[in-house]
Amino acid sequence: MADPATAAATALGWWGVPLAVAAGAVRVSTPFLYVSLGECLTERSGRINLGLEGTLVMGAMAGYGVSYLTGSAWLGVLAAGLIGAVFGALHAGFCSLPGVNDIAIGIALMLFGIGLAFYLGKPFIEPQAPILPSIDLGWWSNLPQVRDALRINALFLVGVVLAPSLVWALRHTRWGMILRTAGESADAALALGYSVRLIRLRATMVGGFLAGVGGSFLSLYYPGSWNERLSSGQGITAVALVIFARWNPMLCFWASILFGGAGALGPALQSVGISAGYYLWNAAPYILTLLIMIITCSPRRRLTGAPAELSVIK
Amino acid sequence: MNADTAQAVAIGDKQRGVWAIGEKLRSGAESVVLPLLALIAAAILFGIFVALSRVNPFELYALMYRGAFGTWFSWQNTLTRAAPLILTALCTALPAQLGMVIIGGEGAFVIGGLAATATALALQGMAPLVVQLAMAAVGMAAGGGWIAIAGGLRHYRGVNETISSLLLVYIAIAILNHLVEGAMRDPASLNKPSTHAIGAADMIGSIPGTDIHWGLAFGVIAAVLAYVLVHHTVVGFAARIAGGNVRAAKVMGLEVGRLVLLMCFLGGAAAGLAGMVEIAAVQGRANANLAAGFGTSGILVAFLARHNPLAVIPVAILLGGIGASGGLIQRRLGLPDASVQVLQGIIFLMVLASDALYGRIRLFAPRAG
Repeated sequence: MADPATAAATALGWWGVPLAVAAGAVRVSTPFLYVSLGECLTERSGRINLGLEGTLVMGAMAGYGVSYLTGSAWLGVLAAGLIGAVFGALHAGFCSLPGVNDIAIGIALMLFGIGLAFYLGKPFIEPQAPILPSIDLGWWSNLPQVRDALRINALFLVGVVLAPSLVWALRHTRWGMILRTAGESADAALALGYSVRLIRLRATMVGGFLAGVGGSFLSLYYPGSWNERLSSGQGITAVALVIFARWNPMLCFWASILFGGAGALGPALQSVGISAGYYLWNAAPYILTLLIMIITCSPRRRLTGAPAELSVIK
Repeated sequence: MNADTAQAVAIGDKQRGVWAIGEKLRSGAESVVLPLLALIAAAILFGIFVALSRVNPFELYALMYRGAFGTWFSWQNTLTRAAPLILTALCTALPAQLGMVIIGGEGAFVIGGLAATATALALQGMAPLVVQLAMAAVGMAAGGGWIAIAGGLRHYRGVNETISSLLLVYIAIAILNHLVEGAMRDPASLNKPSTHAIGAADMIGSIPGTDIHWGLAFGVIAAVLAYVLVHHTVVGFAARIAGGNVRAAKVMGLEVGRLVLLMCFLGGAAAGLAGMVEIAAVQGRANANLAAGFGTSGILVAFLARHNPLAVIPVAILLGGIGASGGLIQRRLGLPDASVQVLQGIIFLMVLASDALYGRIRLFAPRAG
């Protein structure tokens, strides 16, 4: 994959590695960021949606397809979000049936979403759709490599604003409090006169919307095309990342940057001629996730910040 | 499954005699009829789905039947595909007895196949039977160890086993790519990086008189053994108690950690054996073909069989049949190859939705005793 960061690293020699990792961190982190913010909201309402991997792939396919058919990449992003919300509603709908387990439904929706995206996405593998524009933040630099590395996508900037906004909204707004109440104690929310089912439906739909948008970033910006190997576990990694981030949107942001940087290591090292262990470096985000979960989880105490209604940590 | 376990424990009481047999039949009928209903619902939904793509659903299902079960040739294809599914389904079904949701069978399959290949390459020139036995042993140990990681992390560190087992799939595939394109690569494999071939002498052949490889026999034997383990041994009984209520199990002095490691190891060993068979009976060498999704389909088989090791066999044959008919419906009706995945996804959703009906249909409700 030839991207500007790789070119920069080639010209700058060894100094290119940290630059390429930083630039890659911003690029690679965006899908992680959106999926984890969405999952964070869903989990704060007391439900886990493991199906976001499928939602991500559906979003990538729908975004690319709509961008190709309408000629507008932003309409593609919107379509990806909407299809994500539909998948969120499906998850919430199945979960509201009695005796149905949210983890199993997530696995089923993951397989269904991936299969459906491959089925419907077949015609979009060949054609080239318009992709998202980038914002040039490197105008001050003379080095073309730095300028390339600082071309940033608007979706990332939206995410930068979204994360602290969610922290604030969860803490200080009415719906934020209702959402957290449903996540801490369904009975308490019920006693206040709110429908837990409805709160979780909305939270799962918003979560699906964000995951869909994250998917559209994959197909419409970086790597910027649609094929069946587009996502390799970013969705499920992002779900694990929420646990690491202690259900705090701002920590989700920093964790996404960290994971993006880990994902950019392989290509960055390859660009300075180190190709040994290329595939192992590609697995860095998964290994990192696993290590972080090993370090932060504990069999005895509940995780700090964990919503009490969450089945995954019960 | 917990309700089932509790019921099974209650039914185990011999004093209730004939009444208990009647109850067993009733709950048995429930766990056959409801998945069948789910399958029918899925068939209707998928029929509507393909009708939207201007494909006649009746023609589709007639073709699928022909491609899966219509001829001896298609039966052989179906059974060959069912073999790895039986084994990978056990990877989900065995830990499920303890209430764990393991979805990393694909990882154990890949690691098992890779380890078996490495073993065969290291033992070149020895008697084929020795090589094959060593391949199976190492493949099972590697696959078992791989899933035992997820079990151990769950028990000793409280790491969610569903997420960790899926992360381990991606790590396993990365290790496969790393070795196949690096240390273990056969320089002659240009377009599709692969390891050296294990050689025709060390391949396990077909069941006499058929084109079905021995994996099917291994799968059936493993499923029967797993059934005996779960339902007719103390270890299996202990596992089901721990799956129903961890606290009760601890009060009884059961070592839950050991049970978790054992069940995860056995499940992973089954998937690892499937990987070994894929190498020794089909591929002959390790390459990216190993990660073809048998592990992922195994999850669906396990859930559809309600984690009953014996029920895994017919369900695997059914899903193997759906897979076997994929080529035919692609060629004849022009449907994308992902149609099979869509159908599997719909079946999975319907099966889970049917869980809502357990204990709610009057016909199957236990009589007040």
